[in-house]
Amino acid sequence: MVEGRATRWFLRIATAFVLAFIYFPLVIITLYAFNENITQAWPIENWTTKWFSIAFRDEDVRDAFLLSVKAAVFATLTALVLGTALAFAMSRFRFFGQNALSFLVVLPIALPGIVTGIALNATITTVLQPIGIGFGLATIVIGHATFCIVLAYNNVVARLRRTSQSFEEASSDLGADSWTTFRRVIVPAMGTALLAGGLLAFGLSFDEVIVTVFTSGADQTLPIWIFSNLARPQQLPVINVVAFVVVLISIIPVYAAQRLAGPVEGDEAKTVGVAAP
Amino acid sequence: MSGAPPTERELQSPGAGRKLSTFFYRHPRVRLGALLAGPVGWLVVGYIGSLAVMLIAAFWRLDPFTQEVVHDWTLKNFETLLTEPVYRRITVRTVGMAAAVTVACAVLAFPIAYYLARMASRRMRRVLVVAILIPLWASYLVKVYTWRTILAENGVLNWMLAPFGIEGPGYSLVGTWLVFTYLWLPYMILPVYAGLERISPSLLEASADLGARSGRTFARVVLPLAFPAVVAGSIFTFSLTLGDYITPEVVSSKQFIGNVIYDNIGVANNLPFAAAYAFVPIAVMIAYLYVAKRLGAFENL
Repeated sequence: MVEGRATRWFLRIATAFVLAFIYFPLVIITLYAFNENITQAWPIENWTTKWFSIAFRDEDVRDAFLLSVKAAVFATLTALVLGTALAFAMSRFRFFGQNALSFLVVLPIALPGIVTGIALNATITTVLQPIGIGFGLATIVIGHATFCIVLAYNNVVARLRRTSQSFEEASSDLGADSWTTFRRVIVPAMGTALLAGGLLAFGLSFDEVIVTVFTSGADQTLPIWIFSNLARPQQLPVINVVAFVVVLISIIPVYAAQRLAGPVEGDEAKTVGVAAP
Repeated sequence: MSGAPPTERELQSPGAGRKLSTFFYRHPRVRLGALLAGPVGWLVVGYIGSLAVMLIAAFWRLDPFTQEVVHDWTLKNFETLLTEPVYRRITVRTVGMAAAVTVACAVLAFPIAYYLARMASRRMRRVLVVAILIPLWASYLVKVYTWRTILAENGVLNWMLAPFGIEGPGYSLVGTWLVFTYLWLPYMILPVYAGLERISPSLLEASADLGARSGRTFARVVLPLAFPAVVAGSIFTFSLTLGDYITPEVVSSKQFIGNVIYDNIGVANNLPFAAAYAFVPIAVMIAYLYVAKRLGAFENL
């Protein structure tokens, strides 16, 4: 060890401090979900679970929740199909424009979210609306799938790099056609990578708000519902409950994906982690 | 690759499917084309196409009487952006905020990344990486909203600071800076950690053997080697701050580029002006990426 005693203690304390900082708001929102008062003053004086039942009975919240789930499911499926096809093309072939394509797939999450939002908004109002596709579930899914492709792509590419092509060749040598090989060899080998990519895409889609504001029109996903109710003080207790539930729903799939994708270290952590929000 | 033994049908594999797969096997280019059609169509036609529409929309204008978008070519939107002092001020404020957030993130990220890369045991490292990743994925809007509650007049922060006789930053620029720093910190920690992990321990030992104290080793060996990773992380902190409108909308009393764009789409319905202003963050990011590439950050992405 090169670091001195004092340095090491400093690093330990700094690490603990940063972790506390990272988790502080998550603890606070959990506590506020059980706050009885409508005003959000601290410290919380009375505790209750009544806002949960009020939130669950709220028609708008239920509709928003359903729309969020639908959008996340469709966006995830679209992203999985496109991302997997792209991953196979990129890792099993050499072709012109390959580098540009690997850059293009990260562009939707690399550019500031508002840019993607405005671009899609401009296209929806000037191109899609005239041909009959108005703001709604379809446009929300188009937006979400665009930045979810990279999650499926990253996970499958990482898995393909570790899987030898000779398994597929052996399968066809033994007389299997492409479909059988796909079903019996490729899917079992890719299974957990697809599941991990899918879970990440679902988590990202479920709580996305920056792009969704520009693609949803009058429809409300759960985050949009939160955003548009912030200005109404009497709604704050319900927002607290919804916020708490949204955190849970977006954390659980990611935790599961982490377990599936295996240990994360340095470089790998980045491919899983950096793809949000 | 285990599984049930192949069925009769699979072994005898009837005509059509077999022919098709033979065809694909013999023509790898066709196979490639089939794989690429969907994703390339989506990304190039859908996404790049959308960006192109936005580029064109930036040259349109709003009819002052009917409030409808008029499709003729004008540079007026860009002229307004460059000449109106209020937009210049907002641009400078936003870029300044992005820089301040990036510096704060780098300072906070370095110790924890160093601890992860050099001191933590294998087990501890895995636990910590997951511990950092999970809040990153917890809804971004919820985190911003929670900070609004924390920073409020009668919120947690003022309550914590009261015994020291200090008042919290509220929804001032300092408060906004704190929230941005909080939001993007994990994006800085992860690349810096990966960068530090790549530094061979023997370099640090060599520096110590040659008589350098830890401070000197840090300044002359660790920092120069880790710098490209910090620049890589700063691409995220910078870009995310530049393009954000939710955070200023929820926890700031001041306007940023994002707010102006958002208000122009939502309230004013002025798509051309919003599209033109969106080019400012794009231009700043292109310049930033160019500098970052020169500093070797891309090898750390």
